Parts: sequence; C-alpha cells; structure tokens
Amino acid sequence: MIGKSPHRVDGLAKIRGSALYVDDLPCPNVLYATTIRTASAGGSVDGVIFAPHIDWSDFIVVTAEDIPGKNAVKLLEDDQPVLVEKRFRHAGEAVVLLAHADRELLRRALQAVRVLETPLSHPVFDVDEALLAQDEIIPGNIYTDYLLDKGNVDLVAGIADVVIEDILVTPAQEQLYIEPQGMLATLQMDGSLLIEGSMQCPYYVLDALVQCMGMTKDQLRVVQSTTGGAFGGKEDYPSMIACHAALLALKAGGRPVKLIYDRGEDLRVTPKRHPSRTRVRLGASRAGELQFVDMDFVIDGGAYRTLSPVVLSRGVIHAPGPYRCEHIRVRGRAVATNHPPFGAFRGFGAPQSIFALEVAMDRLAKKLNMDPAALRHKNLLRSGDVSPTGDQLGEDCFAHPVLERALSESGYHERQTDFRQWNAAGHATRRGIGLATFAHGAGFTGNGELYLASKVFMQAHGDGQVEILCSNTEMGQGAATTLVQIAAAALGLPLAQVHLAQTDTARVPNSGPTVASRTCMVVGDLIQKAAAQLLHKLHLEAGLGTAFSTFDFAEACSRLKAKGGDLLVSASYQPPTDMLWDEQRFVGRAYASYAWAAYIAEVEVNMLTLETRVLNFTAVQEIGKAVHPQIVQGQIEGGVVQGIGYALYENVLWNAHGVMANDRLTNYIIPTTADIGSLRVILMEGGLGAGPQGAKGVGELPMDGPAPAIVNAIQQALDVDIQQIPVMPENLLALSQVGESFPCQ
Amino acid sequence: MPITMRINDQSVTTAVAPDRRLLDFLREDLGLKGSKEGCGEGECGACAVLVNGQLVNSCLVPLGQMQRAEITTIEGLVENSALSQAFIACGAAQCGICTPGMMLAATALLAEHPQPTLDEIRWGLSGNLCRCTGYGRIYEAVAQAAKGGSDD
Repeated sequence: MIGKSPHRVDGLAKIRGSALYVDDLPCPNVLYATTIRTASAGGSVDGVIFAPHIDWSDFIVVTAEDIPGKNAVKLLEDDQPVLVEKRFRHAGEAVVLLAHADRELLRRALQAVRVLETPLSHPVFDVDEALLAQDEIIPGNIYTDYLLDKGNVDLVAGIADVVIEDILVTPAQEQLYIEPQGMLATLQMDGSLLIEGSMQCPYYVLDALVQCMGMTKDQLRVVQSTTGGAFGGKEDYPSMIACHAALLALKAGGRPVKLIYDRGEDLRVTPKRHPSRTRVRLGASRAGELQFVDMDFVIDGGAYRTLSPVVLSRGVIHAPGPYRCEHIRVRGRAVATNHPPFGAFRGFGAPQSIFALEVAMDRLAKKLNMDPAALRHKNLLRSGDVSPTGDQLGEDCFAHPVLERALSESGYHERQTDFRQWNAAGHATRRGIGLATFAHGAGFTGNGELYLASKVFMQAHGDGQVEILCSNTEMGQGAATTLVQIAAAALGLPLAQVHLAQTDTARVPNSGPTVASRTCMVVGDLIQKAAAQLLHKLHLEAGLGTAFSTFDFAEACSRLKAKGGDLLVSASYQPPTDMLWDEQRFVGRAYASYAWAAYIAEVEVNMLTLETRVLNFTAVQEIGKAVHPQIVQGQIEGGVVQGIGYALYENVLWNAHGVMANDRLTNYIIPTTADIGSLRVILMEGGLGAGPQGAKGVGELPMDGPAPAIVNAIQQALDVDIQQIPVMPENLLALSQVGESFPCQ
Repeated sequence: MPITMRINDQSVTTAVAPDRRLLDFLREDLGLKGSKEGCGEGECGACAVLVNGQLVNSCLVPLGQMQRAEITTIEGLVENSALSQAFIACGAAQCGICTPGMMLAATALLAEHPQPTLDEIRWGLSGNLCRCTGYGRIYEAVAQAAKGGSDD
C-alpha cells in the first residue's frame, strides 16, 4: 500500500466543490469584521477618532483595552502586539477591529475611523542600512546572529588558488495560497470560544488564544476548516487573525464573527519569504577542489521577531550546500526593519542561501574554466565524508547519483553543444542550460523535535473503523491521504477503514505543527508506532491473531469494546539516540534525514524583449521512499513552478511605508499554464530516511533548486553575471546597458 | 426590474440590485459555495462559471447582465463525468480551492476542443491560477478526460 497511489481521500469533495473552506462555513446571523491599521512605518498611535456621523453603538468595536489576557501574539518571543496600544513598528499593524452585520456599512465605517499617528522619522527597510542605523528597532537591529565556523577560513583564504567573491540578493516572495486567510469565531453558550479557519498549526493558534484571551485550553476549541493552500503562509499569522476574531466574538453575544481578508489586505499584511543578501567568497584549488566557503547571510526579519531565528538557522545550515569542504564560515543574521514581519514559506531560509551558493559555484566554475557539473562532481559529498556541520555521513548520501541521473536524463552535455551552436547561429533568442545540486533536511532542525514532544492517538471503534487523531493538517499537500495510507499499511487494513479525524483541538492531541516536511516523516512514524500498539492491544486483550481479515479485526474491536476495554492508543516522539546537535555552534547532525537533488533548467531568452522562458526542466531527487508517488509528483511539480516564479516573475515591490505596493494578482505575477515548459520529475528511492519505509521530506526540496538552476542557465545563455532574482527583462536590460557581452536588439 | 436566468438548469428570478456581483449572488443568495473568491478582480479564475457556455469570472459580472442567461456552476456539472473521474484518478486537486474553476475551464475547453493538444490545454486553462500543482496533474486529467475517462 505504501508506494502506491490510491485516490486522495479529499479529492471528491474538492472536485465537486462541496469541501467547506472558512468562507463557506454555514454561519447564520453572522457579523462581518474588518481591521483598522497603522499607516506609517512605525511610530506611535496618539489616538483614534471615530467620525460622529456614524452610529457606533451598532458596531462591535475592539481596541487593545479589550484584550483580557496578554497583548502579544504568542510565538518565539512575545514582542508583537495583537492590537497596537501606543508604539508600533510597521505600517499595517492592527489598531481597531470592527464588526457589523452589514458589509456595506462596515466598509463605510472603515473610512470613518482615523488613527492619529506620530510616524518614525527614519524608518529603515534595507538590511545593511538597518545594521548601521542610529535609530534602532531593537538593540543593534539584530534578532539573531549565528555562526557556523569550521576549520580556519581566514588562513586558507590567503593561500587558495582561485577565489571568487560576490553579493547575491533574493526578494520577498508571497506564498499566494489561492484561499485568502480567514477565521470564524463564535462565543458558545457555555462561555467557551469556537475558532474555525484556514491554518497549518491548530495548536499554535490555541496557544496564542490562551495567552491573548486569558482563557484555559478547555475553554477554547480550534478547528481547521478545509485549507486552500498555505506553503508556510498559514503557520504563524492565523494566530493573529484568530485572536482578532476571538476578541470581537467575545463582545458579539454569541453571534459568529467572520474575519476574512480580501486579497489586497492578505498581500499587504501577512508574512512572506524573507528577503536576503548574501556576501559569498569561495576558494578552490586549480583542480577545482573547494578550499573554503565564506558566507555572510543576512535576512530581513521585518519589524517583529516571529519565526526569523528558525528561518535563519535553516538558512545557515543549508548555506554550504552538499559539498565536502574543511573550511567553512557562515555568519547568519536576522535583521530588524520596518517592513511587516517576514515568515515561513516553503524552504524556510534554505532557498535563499542555496541560491547564493549555487550561483557562486557557477562563478567559481567559470573562473576555473571548468564545467559547472564537473566542479560539482568533484566536490559533492559521498558516504563517509564529513558534512558541513561536522557530521559523518552514512549510507544515506545520494548527492552523486542524483547528479549523474540529472545529467543523463536532461542530455546535459549534448544540450550544451546544441545551445552553443544555436547561440552562434544568430537566432533571435539565446539558450542556456544551468544546474543546481542541493540537499534539504527534513523535520525540525536539530533538537526541535525533542522540544515538540509530539503525540498521536489512534482510536478504533467497535465496528472496526479506525481513526487517526493528530494535529497535522491537510492543506493540499496530501497529508490526509498519506497518513491514512501509512496507518492502513501498518494495520493491515483497507484504506476505506482508516480515517483522519478532523483537526479539532478538542479531540486531537498535539502532534506538532504541519511544517518542515515533518508530517509524513515524523508524524507518519508515530502513526506506525500507534498502529503497532493497537494491534498488540487487540492481540493481548481481544485475541486478534497475527494473520487476520478485516472481519476478524472488526470482531476483535467489538469484543474489546463489549468488555469495556479502551480502544484508544497513543504514541509519543522518542528522539533517535544517534542525533546530537549543538545549536550554539552548529555542529552535529542537524536533521534526521536529508533528501538529495539535482535540478537542471534549460532556458531561452528572447533578445528583443529580454523575456526568459524555461524550455525544459529536469528535477531529479532522492527522497527515501515515495509513500504516494502521485502526490509526491504533484508536490514536486508545484514546488518547481513556485521556484520558477521566484526566479523569473515574482517581484514584491514596496511602497514608501514598507508595505507591498503591488498588492493584487494583476501585478504580482505567479506562473500560469502558459508560462511553464516541459517539466520532468524523476524520483529515486534509497529507502534510508527516518520516516515510514525509509521516507524523507519532500515538500520543501523543490523550492530550493529552480532559482539557481535558472539563473545559471541565463548566465550561460548571455554570458553575464546575475546577482538577483527575479530576473525580469528590465534587469537584463540594465546588464546589457553596462556593457556586458550580449547586445540588446 | 427582476432578472430571470437559468442556473444549473433551474429557473431563478431575483429582484436584487443589478450591480450585485454574480459571485455573491451565487454564494450568498443561492448558497452555491463551490465558486470561490481568490482575488476579486478576475485574475485567478477560482470563481469561474459558464455563462451561455462561455467561461467567465463571476466576480466581474454584475447580475444585471444575466437576464435570460444560462449559468452553470460547479454544482451543476455532471457528478461522475469523465472529467471528474479523471481529476480524481490523476490527483489533479490538491488544496482544491482552484479546482471548481479549473473544472469549469476544462469543461469549456473540452466543449471547444474535444481532443485538445497540450498547447490547447495550456491556453484553455491559462486564466485559472493554481499554486499547488504546477498544473502537471491537471493537464494529465484533462487529457485523460478527452480520451473518455479514467485509466485505472
């Protein structure tokens, strides 16, 4: 059953349009809600004026004064207010919440509230300016400063044969889940609150509500509605919206309060991928052996800490890539600016640092006069090598096999020859081929899983039906199907007999957030353990044999239930004994498993318009085991296309207040069917990962490789050095105008 | 003036304001929640419906233009069509929020090109954004539906 592709358990309802997303939930007598926000990029709120022409007694009005608990969104640090009281750090912070039954009146009311602000005199939006700024948002404007320091870079840098140095820049990127964020909150008759909505992490939302509402966990119930995409974007911000909706609901006398963002608001205020700036120096011997890697990796954290330290940590660990090198220094800093906070997005810091390294690797190859594939071949890790964090690699190392496979599948060397001929022949386009080799660690970094201490329940019923109870969410990635598959395989039952319970904190235990590809690998493993326990219990207490039919299983469940036995089992995370991680010094095994990949992009640049098209894309990855190959393929295709968007189209522009200016789908461009060429996905399965039957994480991996592969291909096509993405025609035009080697027609 | 139209083969007459968006009328007045709002400006296609057989974004259509129109929403599509079977068999729905619009776009495409080429599929679906799939599984589903249904 594992390794097959049964129909998705959520497929039918979604295809018929009957799946209920937060905006579809039935809610008679509903009040609609809206948020009044700061306009300046930091400063202080001096007052709020409610225009007298509106009868405000008709409205539910909430300000910071109405918060029963602590006015801070619970996350790593309690620095971000739920509602601004006085000081604020960015434009778009919530100050007042309004709710009313009539949306038209609500819209008019929104115009009738004025927030009086004293703006900051010198808001800062650039990370390097922030590091030097006199007016600090936090001390030094640094949230976190990490150092991975191995060997002696300074010593080796002086004697390296060939050295390259560059600065690489990546922009913010919007997750652009097609379902905007939203929550529905209802005060129940017993004084408890029901919060339903679009989210990845119901227990993050619950914990945030406990803190903000000053209520206990059993007075709060968080239920995930069908979630229309997330990609990290619904990891932390749903806590904010849930608190807002809950505060309104508390004053709404039992009427449900619906707080759903329109696209513009969602784009302006919710977190995006951290912009990054990386200074990178690489040194190699004449033969192409990497001698040192030196990186200064800076990400823009925005105005509050939120998840930046963990994004940074992943970025730092992934920065040196899957290469053998004795002398590595990666300094990573998450910097405070007056942008809205940046947050989780598929890859979580790794796409930024991998982009910098992989583009720099091509610079190094060029300077060495080596083929980029040959340079990688020379340096990619093999079993027995020591990883950049000082961990000796076992058998689960597939850096070479994925590269070899990608080169052969794409016809890399033949293509290079073809493209050289094409480019010499005077066509109206130039073509290039580029690659990226990388690895991505699955699960929480280092000791993170230990702190999470995840737990899952498995509940059998008297009729032999089995439910999985965990807090991990289906958001499109296929978790519901994959987890059911894992459980059914472990129980030896048909799929139709196993069900994933709705993620409702009143029922499901905390099995951790749905992030970092940990659901299949870590939670899947717990589900297998729970299944084994359930079988063991039925064997001991109800005489279930070792070989049994579906009927026997149901009979055993029925017998145990009739005896008054308990059909609920649980499994908790036990840390592997061989995983030691020093989170201060970045030494040890950072992840239980890495997935390995080599991506190759073939591009064509139109010399008249300077538009780049991806002609063919080859994505080869070793992922341990594909539990559901069709879902895995869909994940990888989707991730690669997001990566193509990151490389070529997706350009967050900022207004003078540090807020996204192109806050519409008309001018924030994601790839459509018309933009994407042929995409080949090749799965390799070494079966050595930490998850069920050797599975590893897969969701984040495809975000890492496309941008560097595409940029490397464009560089080859045009013989230019590109320093930033997205590579828009205007960027190429600027390169052509500063006297680079290609003519703009 | 009351507006009379046929929605999913049922006659509907309403006196609501003619500038009311068709999307809101479908979702709120008729409870047809399969049409989704992704952007509110006709870019994403999540609210796509068929009007007289043509694919349109219902967030951009004022109800006043719907006099005597024949409207099909996701709820009005045949339940076990070759297309829906192919969408299930190919895993073409991931988060599912774009899926109703995709289904209608594919319906319109297949009506025009019963045996579409890959390029025709690309162009036929190019008004519908999907952020999950990278579109690959959707192409496969449409191609499979054109062949007459599920392969498995």
